Amino acid sequence: MTILANLLVILPISVGVLFIVVTAIGLIRFPDLYTRAHAASKSATLGVMSVLIGVFFHFWLFENHFNPRILLGVLFLFITGPVGGHIMSRSSYIAGVKPWEGTVRDDLAPEIERMKKEQGIK
Amino acid sequence: MIDQILMLALALFSLSIAITLYRVIKGPSMPDRAIALDTIGVNLLSAIAIVSIVLKTKAYLEAILILGILAFIGTIAFTKYIERGVVVERKSNH
Repeated sequence: MTILANLLVILPISVGVLFIVVTAIGLIRFPDLYTRAHAASKSATLGVMSVLIGVFFHFWLFENHFNPRILLGVLFLFITGPVGGHIMSRSSYIAGVKPWEGTVRDDLAPEIERMKKEQGIK
Repeated sequence: MIDQILMLALALFSLSIAITLYRVIKGPSMPDRAIALDTIGVNLLSAIAIVSIVLKTKAYLEAILILGILAFIGTIAFTKYIERGVVVERKSNH
C-alpha cells in the first residue's frame, strides 16, 4: 500500500520535472517566437500540472490533508496556460514579428490584411 | 529516497530557470522575453510546491494559486501592451 502511495507521488513529480526541463531546452533551441511559444505553453502546462498532482497526492496520502487549492491551481493552469500562449503569439503576429525563414505557408497573413482593411488601420 | 528525488527535482528546476533566463536576456524581440518570464513564473510555482513537501508544511500552498494568477495577469498585460501600445484603454468619445 505504501509502495503504491509512493508511486503515486513520485511518478507524477518525475514526469513533471522531465517536461519542465524539456520546456527550457525548447526555449533555447527553437528558431523563432511561434515555435518557442508552442513549447512554452503546452509542455510547461503539462509539467506543472503533473508536479501539482504529485504534491496533492503527497499531502492527501501521507499527511491526511485534502487540499482543494492545489486542485483549483491545476484547473486554473489548465485553462490559462494555453490561452496565454495563444494570445501572446497572436498579438506578436499583429505587432509584426516575422516567422522563421523556413516557414512554407502562412494562412494568417491574408486574414490580418483583410481585418486591417475593414477596420481602417494603416 | 523521496528526499533525494525532491532535491534532484529542485536542482533541475533551478537549471531550467537558468536556461530560461538566457532566453530572457538574449531574446530578439519583446514577446520572446514575455513568454520566457511566464515560463519562469510557472517554474517558480512548481518549485514552491516541491519546497512545501521538503519543509513538511501546508502554509505555502496558497502561494501556488496566487503565483499562477499573477503570471496569467502579467502575460495578458504584456499582450495588450505589445498589440496596441496601451494596457488599459480610454473610453472612446465618438
